[in-house]
Amino acid sequence: MSIAKALKEETIVSENSEKDGRKITITPRYCKGCEICVKLCPESVLEIKDFKIHVARIDDCTACMLCELRCPDFAIEVDGKAKKGKSS
Amino acid sequence: MSGKEVFYQGNEACAEGALYAGCRFFGGYPITPSTEVAEFLSRRLPKVGGAFIQMEDEIAAMASIIGASLVGKKSLTATSGPGMSLKLENIGFACITEVPCVIVNVMRGGPSTGLPTGPGQSDVMQAKWGTHGDHPAIALAPASVQEIFDETVRAFNISERLRTPVILLTDEIIGHMREKIVIPEEGELEIWDRPRPECPPEEYLPYDISKGIVPPMADFGSGYRYHVTGLNHDASGFPTNKPSLVQPEEERLMAKVTENLDILEKYEHFTKDGAKIGVVAYGSSARSTKAAIQQAQEEGIPVDFVRPITLWPYPVKPTIEMGEKVDYIVVPEMNLGQMIDEVQRCIEGRAKVVGVNRVDGDPITPENILEKIREVA
Amino acid sequence: MAFNYDEYMRPGKLPHIWCPGCAHGIVMKSIIRAIDRVGLEKDRTVIVSGIGCASRMPGYVDFNTLHTTHGRSLPFATGVKMADPSLNVICVAGDGDALAIGGNHFIHSCRRNIDITMIVFNNNVYGMTGGQFSPTTPHGKLASTTPYGNPDYAFDVVELSMGAGATYVSRGTVYHAVPLERQIADGITHKGLSVIDALCTCPTTYGRRNKLGSATDMIMWFKDNTVGIKAAEKLSPEEMEGKILTGVFRKDIKPEYCEEYQKIIEMAQGA
Repeated sequence: MSIAKALKEETIVSENSEKDGRKITITPRYCKGCEICVKLCPESVLEIKDFKIHVARIDDCTACMLCELRCPDFAIEVDGKAKKGKSS
Repeated sequence: MSGKEVFYQGNEACAEGALYAGCRFFGGYPITPSTEVAEFLSRRLPKVGGAFIQMEDEIAAMASIIGASLVGKKSLTATSGPGMSLKLENIGFACITEVPCVIVNVMRGGPSTGLPTGPGQSDVMQAKWGTHGDHPAIALAPASVQEIFDETVRAFNISERLRTPVILLTDEIIGHMREKIVIPEEGELEIWDRPRPECPPEEYLPYDISKGIVPPMADFGSGYRYHVTGLNHDASGFPTNKPSLVQPEEERLMAKVTENLDILEKYEHFTKDGAKIGVVAYGSSARSTKAAIQQAQEEGIPVDFVRPITLWPYPVKPTIEMGEKVDYIVVPEMNLGQMIDEVQRCIEGRAKVVGVNRVDGDPITPENILEKIREVA
Repeated sequence: MAFNYDEYMRPGKLPHIWCPGCAHGIVMKSIIRAIDRVGLEKDRTVIVSGIGCASRMPGYVDFNTLHTTHGRSLPFATGVKMADPSLNVICVAGDGDALAIGGNHFIHSCRRNIDITMIVFNNNVYGMTGGQFSPTTPHGKLASTTPYGNPDYAFDVVELSMGAGATYVSRGTVYHAVPLERQIADGITHKGLSVIDALCTCPTTYGRRNKLGSATDMIMWFKDNTVGIKAAEKLSPEEMEGKILTGVFRKDIKPEYCEEYQKIIEMAQGA
């Protein structure tokens, strides 16, 4: 169970349209709008709106999990099996 | 008293007392005139499965004993004036984190490098006020080699019971002199241990005062995981700057002393019929005082005597009693006037207070004190 | 998730105090993953820190944690370790804490080779106090106390550690968070004093004053300006100009302090 779930933090979950298990969970309360994940996403899945990250293009997400790795704030989690992306 | 008779140096008696009290960690640094405490324990601690380390500096030595105490080991460091000045920050850390430990200051001539091989008593105010901030101050001042042994054991006991650092103030005279002492049998002297938690780990709060002002202290590594910080903190150990939490926390730390005077206060109070002069003296100066008073008695001048053994908290009651009885109080100190201020403060003008002060590296002699007694008689 | 941090975090402490874009969170997560990778027991692990932004890390994680005085994480940790050598002891500190005021303890702990893992959150500045220069601020850089440019030169943390006798020495960056995690895990497993120079960022003070771009730009700088040791062997001196080496620089087996002291205990008790 993730920290956000354990503490019943408010989260925003985006599932991709193929419903193959790939999804991104954002905990807005933890997000500080630093944009590290936005800029380092190889597929440009994320964007900043009102100083918080949002998932703009969930279907492009390859579940590489680099955003989760490099988020300093535990604000983003990715689930699902990795797949090849448009940028590779 | 049964036990083993030995001919010990004061510093050795201190180290022996520490071992008797259950000390199993020493972190120190060489400094005259305390080094023998370290050397003695470097030989004896490994024999009892304890640990000795000479650290890279005095600050590290103080830090190491706090770390070891958090793992549950009774721990000691020993130094003199300059080293005490270096240790002060971490002593304050031990006060606010409530970690038991004993710090020995074998006082020498100061300030700064001063007189490394000469005695002094000029660190007594530092023992109370040295580290910044409001903090509980407990300091013991033995006056003989046997008393160094006994007071070291007592220092550990107080430190454990109240979860706070205790300073043992000796000096170069009693630290280096040799006297016959008796090391008590095991079990003869009471040994106190810090209160440890009885609740399950999930419920443990390291600064929980629901059962009293000294919270139970868990050993690191024993299954109770908690946070220790020098920042002002709440009952869970985490930093806070909420006024409603900080004020009571600070007051509680001070209350450890003010509400435990029964176990902290220790002094001798000798009175003579018709005495109009009194002496307040501690440590080596008390030894000369006893001789001076004896001589004064023979010269027809009865003199009362208060000898604080616990220096901080200062023994107010006997001092006021003396102030109400006598016209003059003489305060001999190997400094230029420190505890004399405390005496003045206590008696609030009930008697005149005069000092006998030497900072030349030689002890205050009975003759020095006698001269002053004759002067005010 | 790539990794579930939940088990290792104290509940209710997030969001942490570090600035938006501060890379300390990336180092903290790497440490957690490393601890998990090695399989340390939480009850038997002690994390000790000094004072500064990096030193706030232990409060967030569920171990025995000790937040000490400025520069002093290593001597406190030494007392902990000597009192019970079976404990896993990890120190975390910033570059100023570890190498300026803590410099003496740093070199002696390395020399002593006591089994402690020291992770230096190296962001070239005193962040918490507003951005003063530190022993790792490069020459010429701006800081609040070097408004005309730093006249000083920086320590090379790796060289310093090796010179002082540390037996595991590595450097990683927050861009290369997975190799960093591996180095930390290696350092923890290593029996002796391990130093991991974790290059991270302070966009708020150092970055802004020196116009280093966004938080992300500062992290990307590590990608472009660091070279692994093996790769560096193939590059010319011109290509290596201005580049920082990363990787494992030393991994020696030497007598560890607590083990040596245990021999002393046996000797003292046997005699």
